[in-house]
Amino acid sequence: MIPLSSQLLNLLAALFLLISFAMLAQRRILSLIHLYACQGLVLSLSALIVAYSTSQSHLYYSMFLNFALKVLIVPWILHRLIHRLNVQWDVETLINIPTIMLLGLALVIFAFNLSLPIVHLAGTINRSTLGIALASVLLSFLMMITRSKAVSQVIGFLALENSLIFAATSITYGMPMMVELGIALDVLVGIFILGVFFFHIRNQFDSLELKHMEKLKDN
Amino acid sequence: MSLFNSSIQGLPLSIILDILVYWLVIGFSGLIFIHNRKIVSQILFPLGASGGIVMIIITAASIAHSPSSAILSLGLPDLPFHIRLDALSAFFLFLLGISSTGICFFSSGYFSRDGNFSPGLVCLQFHLFLVSMAFVFLADDAYLFMIAWETMALSSYFLVVTDHKVPEIRKAGYIYLLMAHISATAVLLCFGVLQKAGPQGIGGSYTFEMMRHLNPDSFWATAAFLLALFGFGAKGGLLPVHVWLPEAHPAAPSPVSALMSGVMLKTAIYGLLRVTFDLLHLQIWWWGILVLTLGLVTAFFGVIFSAVQNDMKRLLAYSSIENIGIILSGVGLTITFQSYHMQTLAALALIATLYHCLNHACFKSLLFLSTGSVLHATEERNLGKLGGLIHRMPWVAFLALIGTLAIAGLPPLNGFVSEWLLLQTFLLTTGFPQPYLNMLIPVAAAGLVLVAAVAAYVMVKFYALIFLGQPREVRQHEAKDANYWERLGLSWLASCCVLLGLFPVEVIKLLNTVPGLLLGQATKKVASQANWLFLTPLSPDRASYSPMLFFGAAAIIILITFLGVRLVYHGRVRRSSPWDCGYPMQTSRMQETAESFGQPIRTIFSPFFRMHSELPSPSDLEPHYRNITEDRFWYLLYFPIGRFFHFLSNLFGRLQQGRIAIYLLYSFLTLILLLLLI
Repeated sequence: MIPLSSQLLNLLAALFLLISFAMLAQRRILSLIHLYACQGLVLSLSALIVAYSTSQSHLYYSMFLNFALKVLIVPWILHRLIHRLNVQWDVETLINIPTIMLLGLALVIFAFNLSLPIVHLAGTINRSTLGIALASVLLSFLMMITRSKAVSQVIGFLALENSLIFAATSITYGMPMMVELGIALDVLVGIFILGVFFFHIRNQFDSLELKHMEKLKDN
Repeated sequence: MSLFNSSIQGLPLSIILDILVYWLVIGFSGLIFIHNRKIVSQILFPLGASGGIVMIIITAASIAHSPSSAILSLGLPDLPFHIRLDALSAFFLFLLGISSTGICFFSSGYFSRDGNFSPGLVCLQFHLFLVSMAFVFLADDAYLFMIAWETMALSSYFLVVTDHKVPEIRKAGYIYLLMAHISATAVLLCFGVLQKAGPQGIGGSYTFEMMRHLNPDSFWATAAFLLALFGFGAKGGLLPVHVWLPEAHPAAPSPVSALMSGVMLKTAIYGLLRVTFDLLHLQIWWWGILVLTLGLVTAFFGVIFSAVQNDMKRLLAYSSIENIGIILSGVGLTITFQSYHMQTLAALALIATLYHCLNHACFKSLLFLSTGSVLHATEERNLGKLGGLIHRMPWVAFLALIGTLAIAGLPPLNGFVSEWLLLQTFLLTTGFPQPYLNMLIPVAAAGLVLVAAVAAYVMVKFYALIFLGQPREVRQHEAKDANYWERLGLSWLASCCVLLGLFPVEVIKLLNTVPGLLLGQATKKVASQANWLFLTPLSPDRASYSPMLFFGAAAIIILITFLGVRLVYHGRVRRSSPWDCGYPMQTSRMQETAESFGQPIRTIFSPFFRMHSELPSPSDLEPHYRNITEDRFWYLLYFPIGRFFHFLSNLFGRLQQGRIAIYLLYSFLTLILLLLLI
């Protein structure tokens, strides 16, 4: 247990939370993708530190996987997607950002309170990060709820997955290798499928605004 | 019995299992000859009837044996099927055998004619239905019981919607399926209560053997009993859960209606008896009064509704409701007697009840089958358009007459015996510790008499409108009598009616083991003073009845009259038109109609019906008369429930907004709530 690594982890966790908040408030889709890549970078770094300080070799693989997938591949795919959909300069009209931020604040407090009893039980090096991971999960969820465009909703979903991996790394030193591989593959496949869906949705409704899909409800 | 690889003690049980396997084989070979009407009707159905005959012999021989049980290694792993053959199941299997033999014979004639169905499938469902009913009677754990119960409901559902191209039939089938499942849910809950209701909360196994050893306290016993009453009542047609019966019975092909009415309704009685007397060891007096009251109300309701029906099968369906009501009032009386430890009277009431079950299985099947013949001959089920068929269909007319007289409760046929026994039981009820009961039971007896009298009236209507008078429609001149298989089936059931009426003492000897099983071994044998001639329920100075003497006297009087007319009077048969009151022109439409037969009942009991009549004005050149009589329960109970659920589902429908954000919010809130709670 190196005190420095613990400090570094806490710093990264704080950065992670900050990025989550930034994503919650970001209007531009292109910037959202960049933020997502940053989040992935923070995630990989934290995995690296945990791997180094606990010398668990499988966490290195996990780090590489995360880095390759979440910093390079997925952002690249998303970039191409919005280029082809020609929505890279789109700006979402978010209603009332201050309210959403306040709501996010309340969620963070809630998550920290919730994680307190668990943190006392946990014996791992970075137990204080559980609250942050949980808060990021809830914030990503909130982001999915407040967005009205399909692309940003998908990014919210990916951020949710990021937070889960973050929670897993910080609490239990990562999931088993097979599970992580599976999740990584799922994310990749999911991105491809959602990309195809974007085109279909746009063909059908001439827009990626989700409010058009309300027509699908049966009466 | 190598097929089951099980530990079967007792030969009768293994033979019965053989019969069931035999029926299953017949049913599935129907699938091989799925479109071959000839093989299915001329070979498979008569083979099924032979199984029924063996069943009758085996059960009659083994009803006095001590219970034998077995474990079949079928079912889920570690959860085998338990079966048990005791006096009660033997009796009901006997009933199944009698009824199904006649119906199988009839079916081979009925399904040989053209129709809108595939004969192989009907054959499969029919035999599956028989086997599942037999397993209901044999089951010794709740698990097998429920499987058999559901198989019975499903196979009969598919039989009801045999002619599924007609929308009304599909609707009737849907109502039937719905009620069958409500009933099954209640029965399942009842077993759940029985299984958990031990005094220290012990339990865990669903075998009846274990339930017998738990002694639930009065609260849990009452809960189990009420659930059983509701569940089995819904299957049997107890008010107010009777509505499926008048819909499903007319929709089904006639042999199926006969089987449903004759045997399937009795599974409800069987279940109620099994739960109340075998699985529960304590009876509370007001249970009996509740069942008695509900039974009488059901009987009364059924009989007045059957009096106003125009459709012959609906009329019989309502008459089934009436008979189930009578049977249930007998069950209620048994419970009350048993709760006061008046075991002789309880045994008498139980015997009367079982006897009526047996009789109803015979005559109601007979009547439903004869409507099948009439339907095939005329393609008409509206009583107002039939008539005069006695000339065209003498066989059916004569055999249906026996059934009609039996159901009307005329001596020396079987309907009289059971109704007389039941009335005797009612009238012998003095000595209840509660004075109110002593006063009220004779009133109930009066109600029973009223029901029996109106039932006789209904049967006059049924028989007279179909077979007597002049044909009301020209088409009926071409009506053909039943074919040989149909005649065989009808004759089988008719002769059962006669035999059950003429030899009641023998039948009661057979039945006497059932009270011993259900009411305790101390029960005295009922009618022990009876001899071959006289049926004496309790003692010769109270009442006794001799069907043979009655039959002999009636036969002699008829013979003397006939000979007197032939020999002493002019002795000629003269055909002439009856006096027409001086009215010059008469057509065959100017006879009593179904409506006119029902009119007195409609007027007297008008508050019970929801009526809507359209009367033509005198100056109308094209007058139309229409009278629609409906069941008030639809409007008072079922439609409000339906509206309530529609309202609820509309409320839930508001959850579906169509916006993804809202759906995400639902899961988000659920997550937050769960995190908060845990």
